[in-house]
Parts: sequence; structure tokens; C-alpha cells
Amino acid sequence: MAIRILVGVKRAIDYAVKVQVKTDKTGVVTEGVKHSMNPFDEIAVEEAIRLKEKKVAQEIIAVSCGPTQCQETLRTALALGADRAIHVEINGKDYETLQPLAISKLIAAVAKKESVDLVLLGKQAIDDDCNQTGQMVAGLLSWPQALFASKVDIKDKKAEVMREIDGGSETIRVKLPAVITTDLRLNQPRFANLPSIQKAKKKPMAKMSPSDLGVDIKPHQEYLSYEEPPKRQGGGRVSSVDELISKLKEKGLV
Amino acid sequence: ASTLVVAEQIDGGKLAPVTLNALTAASQLKQDIDCVIFGADKTAETTTQLQKFNNSNIKKIFVAENVAFKGLLSEAVTPVLLDLQKKNNYTHILGGSSTFTKSILPRLAALLDVQPISDITKVVDKDQFIRFVYAGNAVLKLKSNDTVKIITVRGTAFEATKEGGGSGQANVEKLDSSVKNDLSEFVERQIQQSERPELPSARIIFSGGRALKSKENFKLLYDLADLFPGQATVGASRAAVDAGYCTNDLQIGQTGKIVAPDLYVAIGISGAIQHIAGMKDSKVIVAINKDGDAPIFAIADYGLVGDLFKVIPELNEKLKKK
Repeated sequence: MAIRILVGVKRAIDYAVKVQVKTDKTGVVTEGVKHSMNPFDEIAVEEAIRLKEKKVAQEIIAVSCGPTQCQETLRTALALGADRAIHVEINGKDYETLQPLAISKLIAAVAKKESVDLVLLGKQAIDDDCNQTGQMVAGLLSWPQALFASKVDIKDKKAEVMREIDGGSETIRVKLPAVITTDLRLNQPRFANLPSIQKAKKKPMAKMSPSDLGVDIKPHQEYLSYEEPPKRQGGGRVSSVDELISKLKEKGLV
Repeated sequence: ASTLVVAEQIDGGKLAPVTLNALTAASQLKQDIDCVIFGADKTAETTTQLQKFNNSNIKKIFVAENVAFKGLLSEAVTPVLLDLQKKNNYTHILGGSSTFTKSILPRLAALLDVQPISDITKVVDKDQFIRFVYAGNAVLKLKSNDTVKIITVRGTAFEATKEGGGSGQANVEKLDSSVKNDLSEFVERQIQQSERPELPSARIIFSGGRALKSKENFKLLYDLADLFPGQATVGASRAAVDAGYCTNDLQIGQTGKIVAPDLYVAIGISGAIQHIAGMKDSKVIVAINKDGDAPIFAIADYGLVGDLFKVIPELNEKLKKK
């Protein structure tokens, strides 16, 4: 009774890129900027693969919502070990205003269509930093949610999950089907090797549109402006511990 | 029009400090406020603490107590919130950003077909809010067109509401909290017990990075923190957490805790974008690092280039004498 897993992968600006706000304030510069799989989603893919290696899972389906370039992200997931991919194609203006609620509806629709037992997602994307999608997918499906997982153990149609919370960690048990979101320390993602990258090119990738899934993706929010954050005046130096202490004393800090 | 603030109970029936930051954000909406408290027990104590803040327009406190709320599982809490919203039609539902509110509020939002707003740093008006994206590298102003705004509030961006001189008697109403939850169960919680303040409420944070080299060396930071009892605590960069030098709940940054203490001392931390996102709003930043070109110096008020294994013991000695 091995389970089927849907894993969400988002294409995001690479974590090492210094993000620049566009001069017209309509967004951030994305052209010519390196994009990669959202790091938390890499952890989700890795966890899915480990569950398959342990024979807990029988099939891993990767899904991504966005423009054609998302197929690269999906190919990466396939090279790592996903069995097949679903690309929900969204372009142009629709993509610019695509919000987590709409993405959650798309993922929930795919989860239902594919009758998966588990949706594995990163806890947040490092672009919009929303930390919402897993929770909303779970809500839409009326499934339980185990968020910010640092350890996952699946048996007897239940997942026991250790999750990171303020001030420590806790363990909960959720019935499958369920949504699990990954935190940083769940695992260390592997890299894809060349033979598996080659093999991934032959793995199936289905393409569909939001209307195929019966989902309305209209935005609920308008993004009015993007600004540079206020610059912090730094760069001050002290030359000794004594000087540091006297400066801190002046400010009444110590 | 009125606002619902989801107040948070933490260990021993205490009111979570971040609830007070959320109350400040809520009061900026200038409309009546109801609060709701969930707990498996001791909700009366939490309610008493919350009542001290009745100067911030709190009209009513709803209390839901049931053993099913042990661990504040989302599957138990969300249906009760949904009922409350259906009954009272709030225009805004707010909670202070925490693992609790981050878990339940988006789930609630999905059930109401609402796009939630995470971690706001400013209330512009009833529809417009400011939040950071891209690890704090861009400031987004957005307008929500949902009939109810569901919001988490970044604690460091709003002062905590102060105790008022009011009567302390907002109406308390017990909610029918008969809960059926067979989807999830709470097993256990491992909370790091500490005499030191929680990271978000500490006045001083001594934060360590990979350059500390070992778990044992992190003790140097605890020694410093203990010179300021009740005021100072220890934090860490992701690199230090990943290296196993300290527990993950100490992590400060984009994906860890966001802090803004009066004094942040970054020790052996190079200053990756993701770390800076979590501490750049600190009032005074001190950086101690061997590498004079480390990016952390660009945002530090006082940078000291030196070997931390010499500097920290000296700092400790001299602060002790002071």
C-alpha cells in the first residue's frame, strides 16, 4: 500500500542573487537573472525520493505553475527522482499577478485529480516569503497539515512529523491524505548526476492550463509598488574592546 | 466594521508577547476589536492578562477551551475561527507572526477564499499594507480586494501595546468549542527551557556564526548573555545551526526568527543576505569578525576586526568589571 506523492516545485530567483528593485517600482529585475528551484522545494523533492527509496512511496509527481521556464525546474525534479511532471502553464500578466491562493487551488485540483496521498511542499518560497501555500492546499482539501517538518515518518496511513516551532519543536501525527511542508533541517538534498539528467529528458511531462483544472486564478491583491528597503547607515569601526565598551556605554546599552 | 485579533496562549497559560504587537497593528485600523483565545486549559489566566490591555478598543474576548486544543492543532482551531467569522463578519483578522498564526490563518483564509497577507510591517489604511519580500531586499505595498483581510503581523515592526489604565473588563464570552478532530493528534512538545528571554523580546542578542567552530564555544556567548540577566539571550546564523553548534530555534534570518533588539552583537557572522534580513532593524549592531571585508561590517554601527577567541573573553572580563 505504498503511497503516491505530489511535490510542488517553484521556480524562483536563485538564493545567491542580490535582488534589485526595478527603477519604475513595478517589481524586481528578473531578466538575465539566475533562477533555480526554491530551496525548500528541493528539500521536499529529496524527502519524496527518500520515501520512495524506503518503499513507502510508489510514485512521485512533480508540479509547477508558471511560464515555460518552469519546465526546467520540473526537469530538475525528474532528474533527482520524480517519476513524472505536470506543468500548469501560466504566462505574462497572469503569471505576474499569480498569488498563493490561486496556486493552492491549482495544486489542490491536481492532488485530487491524481488521487495522491501526500502533498509535499516547501514551507515558503524565497521570493514572496509568504509561507501560505501548504496551509491553503490543506484547507481547500480539508486534509490535515504538518508544517515546518524536520522529521517525517510514515506508517499505517499516518505521518508522524516533528515540526519546528517557536522555542523548540513538537511532534504531531496526521492521517493521510495530508499536506507536509518542509523546513531546512529535514534533509540534505542531493545533486542530480549526468545520467539521470539525460534520463529525465524522457520522463513524461504533462501540460495543462488553469481552466483544464477548473480553477479561477484571478488575483485578490494589487501590488502597488516595490521599493528599495531603507539603507542602513553602517560601516563604523572601533579599534579595541575598550573603545567598543565606551561607545556602548555612551548609548546606555551596557 | 470590526477587527478580530487571534490572541495566542503559550506555555503555562501565558499570553504570547507577539499578541501585543498585533494589538498595536489592529488599533491602527481604528475600529472595534474582538479577541479570541484558544487553549486546552488555563484560558482564564490568559484572558486576565489580555484584559489589562483593554485600552486598545477591545470590546469582547472570546474564549475557547477544550482538551482538543492541546498543541493548538490547526485542524481543531480553524473550524472554530471559521464559525466566529461567519457569525460576526469581521473586516480584518490579525495575529502576531508565530508558528501558531502562520499555521492557522492561511488555512482559514483558504476556506474563506481570501488571499492572506503575511508578516506586515506597516498598516497604510484599511486595505493597504506593507511587507517585505525577497529576504527584505524589496518593500512591497499591496492593496487587498478581499472583503476580509487576513493578516499576520511582524512583531518587530510594531511596538507592543502597553497596559492601560482602563477598567480591565472587556466582555468575556465562552465559545461553544465542541471540537471533532480525527485528522490530527498532538504527541509531544520539546521546548528549550531557559531563564533567558525569548529571542524576539530580548533587549540584547549575542549571535554566533560558523566561526565559533564548535558547540562548546557557543558557551562563550551564553556567558556574555548571562552578564545581563533577563535582558540578553543568544542567537545564531543558519551556518552555525547547520553545523550543529546550537539548536535550530536560535536561527535568525529570512527563514528563522526576525529580531530587532536594542543591541545585536554579531560574532563570527559574515552577514549573508538571508541573515541580515532577520536582524537589520536592530537599533545598534556590533560586528566582531576576523575578516575585515565581511559584509556584516557594511551594516554594523561598530565593527571590530579581530579574532573572536581573543575579543570575546576580553569583552566578557571588561563588561563584568563595569
